[in-house]
Amino acid sequence: MSYEELLTELAVNDERFIVMTAENRALIRNLPAKLGKRFVDTGITEQTMVGAAAGLALRGRIPVLHALASFLSMRAFEFVRTDAGIPNLPVKLSAFIPGFLSDGNGATHQAIEDVAIMRGIPNVTVFAAADEQDLVGMIETIWNSPNPAYLRINTRKTDYQHTPFKIGKAEVIAEGTDVTILTYGLLFEQALIAVDILKEQGLSVGLLNMRSLKPVDEAAIIKVAKTSKLLVTLEDHFNTGGLYSIVAETLLKHQTAAKVMPYGLDKWFKPALLPDVLAYEGFTGKQIAEKILGYSTNAIQPEIATPEFAE
Amino acid sequence: MNNLPDIAFKVRQHIIRMSTDGGCFVGASLSAADLIVYLYTSFLNINKDNLDDPDRDYLFLSKGHDVPALYGTFAEIGLMDVERLKNHLSVDDNIYWHPNTKIPGIEFHSGSLGHLPSVALGVALDIKMRGGKNRVVCILGDGELNEGTCWEAALVANAHKLDNLIFVVDRNQFQANMATEDLIPLEPLHDKFTAFGAAVKRIDGHSFDALHEAFSAYPFETGKLNVVIADTVRGKGLPSIQARADRWFCNFTHEEVESLLKELAGDETTNLTSETLVVR
Repeated sequence: MSYEELLTELAVNDERFIVMTAENRALIRNLPAKLGKRFVDTGITEQTMVGAAAGLALRGRIPVLHALASFLSMRAFEFVRTDAGIPNLPVKLSAFIPGFLSDGNGATHQAIEDVAIMRGIPNVTVFAAADEQDLVGMIETIWNSPNPAYLRINTRKTDYQHTPFKIGKAEVIAEGTDVTILTYGLLFEQALIAVDILKEQGLSVGLLNMRSLKPVDEAAIIKVAKTSKLLVTLEDHFNTGGLYSIVAETLLKHQTAAKVMPYGLDKWFKPALLPDVLAYEGFTGKQIAEKILGYSTNAIQPEIATPEFAE
Repeated sequence: MNNLPDIAFKVRQHIIRMSTDGGCFVGASLSAADLIVYLYTSFLNINKDNLDDPDRDYLFLSKGHDVPALYGTFAEIGLMDVERLKNHLSVDDNIYWHPNTKIPGIEFHSGSLGHLPSVALGVALDIKMRGGKNRVVCILGDGELNEGTCWEAALVANAHKLDNLIFVVDRNQFQANMATEDLIPLEPLHDKFTAFGAAVKRIDGHSFDALHEAFSAYPFETGKLNVVIADTVRGKGLPSIQARADRWFCNFTHEEVESLLKELAGDETTNLTSETLVVR
């Protein structure tokens, strides 16, 4: 089942849902015909869309909003904070092409501070999907929660079979005593590759899918901090304010010391097609594994699929 | 003026050649091509030798995704090596889907809509404060006018009587997914800008004579923001994609590109099989 299919099923059968977009229809092309007046395209007006969503939510609706992650998190920021965050209204933000998924668009479209920005708003919850199956497994829970929610959309396909989603829980993919990779979103697929390479090199490797970034699974972080010699926070996000910061805050809160390698971005990334971006910035599974190891291997990097945005 | 159609034809060829191996926003690039060619060749005092001159003119490309038209124009007027266009989307260069200042001649990065009317406003304000004569052009998309910041900039320009600022609206009648009038109607657009205090001209944005007549009248009225509403056609020059809502971002096959180049020359039409409604 796809994002659009599940959204259609939920929204058609539940009058509370209003599907909104600031003229970004990539994920919801068939919704207008299915929902009629409960599909609202406000045009290229991210701020107005969020404000209007707050009004709809005041009247008992669950608005699900679609726009590019950068504009939803940054352009509409104060509207999210003031109109959805302060009154704690169930405004649901579906953020398209976050992180590296903006590939060749350039810095204007690079949402790599969105997790930092959105998690800084009281009441706003923050989630990221590792792949399409993970995404489809989490949206019903997120949309039925009473809080505003920011969701990093990722419709890429992996072979991994995810376990059921719970708000505030990380998904434990593997446990290991030498190194544990904590990641979310698009880089999950590269992390799986990195884990295989690290295991081939004889390491005991853990992997956590941190799909609920706020609330975050503090117990899972503390557990790996105590059982693994090295933690790696892998993210297509600035190190400032993202998972590296979340882990640092959690360790400090629980007075736990750990060796943590930040594996994120310190500046905007080079725009190009996604496979080239990952290789250029050092985020292929093989590059990740070799940076953790500190030496090169003979491992073969599987081909990375280009994004499928076409409907 | 006589060679402008030839330059615009070459720019359109460049745009079409960039619409493969990852693709580009070909429809908007083709609608804006004549505007951009006219402005750089016949109106603006901008060339490779005066980029550091504070008294030169400025052009801000606010809608951003029409940047292939700018790359192509830069190649034709000597601001960029034509060979560099082959690096489109290469990780080793900086020629991608939205403008960035690593390309000499590009004033400011864009892509997030409704930003550059404000940035251009600031530049125009400084020029006025310093008593300068340079002119500041900002090209906007019509869909971009959904963004409230475009109208805030018009309000502020009116407050400061910025008759050195020119908003050019590429009125190609489409935003990403559909006709503008089917989503957020803009008409009567002339009246809207007039009500915001601007002096407005509405012209055929593919007629170099009409462009010349309009820009020759600069400043349109003392103390007023200049607005040119240029009526254009999305995909202009390629009948097989012209004015089609589903041909916004195009990633054509190599065979389609060869056929489209012939279509541009009027020799054949193209049987397009590549994906439509690609969203970037």
